[in-house]
Amino acid sequence: MMAERDEPTGALVRPYAVTRGRTRPKLEIALEALVETTVRGRSAGATKGGQGREHQYIAALCDGRLQSLAEIAARMQLPLGVARVLIADMAADGLLAVYEPTSLDDTNDAVGTELLERVLSGLRRL
Amino acid sequence: MSQRPPLTGRVTSAKIVIAGGFGVGKTTLVGSVSEITPLTTEAIMTSAGVGVDDTRQVPGKTTTTVAMDFGRISIDRDLILYLFGTPGQTRFWFMWDELVRGAIGAVVLVDTRRLADCFAAIDFFEHRRLPYLVAINCFDGMQYHDPQDVRDALAISSEIPVVSCDARNRESTKHVLISLVEYVLSMRRSRAVAPA
Repeated sequence: MMAERDEPTGALVRPYAVTRGRTRPKLEIALEALVETTVRGRSAGATKGGQGREHQYIAALCDGRLQSLAEIAARMQLPLGVARVLIADMAADGLLAVYEPTSLDDTNDAVGTELLERVLSGLRRL
Repeated sequence: MSQRPPLTGRVTSAKIVIAGGFGVGKTTLVGSVSEITPLTTEAIMTSAGVGVDDTRQVPGKTTTTVAMDFGRISIDRDLILYLFGTPGQTRFWFMWDELVRGAIGAVVLVDTRRLADCFAAIDFFEHRRLPYLVAINCFDGMQYHDPQDVRDALAISSEIPVVSCDARNRESTKHVLISLVEYVLSMRRSRAVAPA
């Protein structure tokens, strides 16, 4: 599928209703940051502790399965900004764990170098 | 003794950006190695973004939707690599900023019949100092130009790898990604300050 769209669809503006109009997330989350449902998030989902439909969907989607912000947004057909607000809210409530990507900015940083080496050997194993 | 946690115990992710002109095969390349069918994610540029991408010339237009295709490769249990295709229209720079932030590097996929389509991407990555390589997509197995000719035509530094590939082929795409990460690692090692 080619993603070449020039015109606003209108349908994508309304999803901000699920965030009650908020466009600023409680924390910045990278596109590729990984999200996983916490034990608390799982039990909250089971008891439907006052959560919205979207919260329940995200908690089920990331239960025992690492999913990135981009994947969650795509699978929910929500704009990235909306998914980011929802995930940040849930993370603030301890329902989700968010794992940020490893920074590669510092060339002297052994953690970044080791990450690149792991990616390289992983690609060679594919 | 420091109790440094083992690196493999930390859940984290990484991303590689796949850029190039419209129809050059970005999504095909992503799909050839992705463990999931490429997904599409959309971002909205609201009126808050005006000034980044000038919408003032279109009266009443306050939102623009930009779509990106991406795929996923599980490197191991704790490390997932994402491949993000850039939006087709290079004027959506607000999204490119987010795409390149923290990226390992970029693959600039080129069709030698429409070489100029990749100029904007190369300029952007050079400006942001994001490491990239050029991958010539050989449609139907045809290589139209020698990599050296492409390098000359793009006027890029001699250290930047230029490789040929078939974006439909998994092994070929793997080779492109491996070449990029090897290049990034070698640059990183050459730039790292030697221990005293």
